[in-house]
Amino acid sequence: MKSFDYAAPTSVREAIDLLAANPRAKLLAGGTDLLVQLRSGRKETDLVIDVKRIPELMAVDYEPSRGLTLGAAAPCYRIYGDGAVAAAYPALAEVASLIGGTQIQGRASIGGNLCNAAPSADSVPLLIACGAMCHVAGPGGSRDVAVEDFCTAPGRTILQAGELLVSLHLPPPRDGSGAQYLRFIPRNEMDIAVAGAGVEVTLEDGHFRSARIALAAVAPTPLFVRAAGEALAGKPVAPDTIATAADLARAAALPITDMRGTAEYRRHLCGVLTGRALEAAIRRARGQK
Amino acid sequence: MSSHAKVQIHTTINGEERDFLCEPRQSLLECLRDVLGLTGAKEGCNDGNCGACTVILDGRIVASCLVLGVEAEGATITTIEGIACGSRLHPLQTAFLENAALQCGVCTPGFIVAAKALLDREPHPTEEQIRLWLANNLCRCTGYDKIVRAVQQAAATQEVKA
Repeated sequence: MKSFDYAAPTSVREAIDLLAANPRAKLLAGGTDLLVQLRSGRKETDLVIDVKRIPELMAVDYEPSRGLTLGAAAPCYRIYGDGAVAAAYPALAEVASLIGGTQIQGRASIGGNLCNAAPSADSVPLLIACGAMCHVAGPGGSRDVAVEDFCTAPGRTILQAGELLVSLHLPPPRDGSGAQYLRFIPRNEMDIAVAGAGVEVTLEDGHFRSARIALAAVAPTPLFVRAAGEALAGKPVAPDTIATAADLARAAALPITDMRGTAEYRRHLCGVLTGRALEAAIRRARGQK
Repeated sequence: MSSHAKVQIHTTINGEERDFLCEPRQSLLECLRDVLGLTGAKEGCNDGNCGACTVILDGRIVASCLVLGVEAEGATITTIEGIACGSRLHPLQTAFLENAALQCGVCTPGFIVAAKALLDREPHPTEEQIRLWLANNLCRCTGYDKIVRAVQQAAATQEVKA
């Protein structure tokens, strides 16, 4: 790796000041993307700012009435390793255990997965489906941005010069709600999604009260398919309504052909995965396995 | 020569306090191998896929090629050199030998360190738990069945001793 300086600020303010003074600085959370990119020369920097000594970025705070605040650098294992968090957000705990293997999950964070802004990021469709918000701090103060608005292109986000992602906030799970992320990979684990679908449903009297659906690896950014979820609102929980939403998700996908799969195959997967994810989320919402 | 000054890092490695100097760009793996002479952790892929450089960092296994040495300030680290107790092998090491769970041996330190972290956490893992836990460790000559059997035997041996 080319030489750089290293700083480990202990407050958000200090991190912002360092970022503002060093426009080429890179933020280091778990390093499982950044260090690979620096070593390969895909990214260059004069200063690495390690954010893991900032308490807000390492927090995993769950309170049933407020929801979950997830520090942007909190490693994946802390989500599935926290009984209360895993019980309240089982789909999130599953996603945290899908990203890489055990060694990667010891370091990689959900916030880093989002900031790396890969279209295939496994955690992002689920965050979108769950209505998660990004808490961003910068020189001009802080702002909150919906996760679906955070990524703008492969590797690019709405973060402006001097800004950093502090935390993600997930609302408390509502009664009658359930979520699920499913991806297709040719292996059993340790792979990048060919396509993925994250959904959350809230059920009431055999009907969908609401639903949100997002897709991975079929567009330049994780893709929120608002219309597919909205089509379910007020409709009965039935195979034909689920199929309609799956069709809408498939139609919204904008995949490319690459080494992981053809565009046609990915589009097909969007329909299959959305349908199956909805069925799984419905089971969860009903308290079934 | 680099203009980026070396930093002094204080750690506890295999139960001993160890200070070392490193450049910020050096990975923990480079620091262990090239600065501290602990060459048990291996460089395989150097991008986090193969697990040959696995060490235990503050209780969690990590790929030491994806950790900067400077990040280890204040950390407690266990490497393969710290797994045996003096000349007495750890049950995992014995089980790897008895089950011929290695050929070239490059992946072995990573497998044993990772498996130790599993057994410390879960003394009676199922085969599926073992395979999932070790999914980030690649072997390109022995194959995984013997490795999984060795971990199962070590778990059983530990049980008898306990």
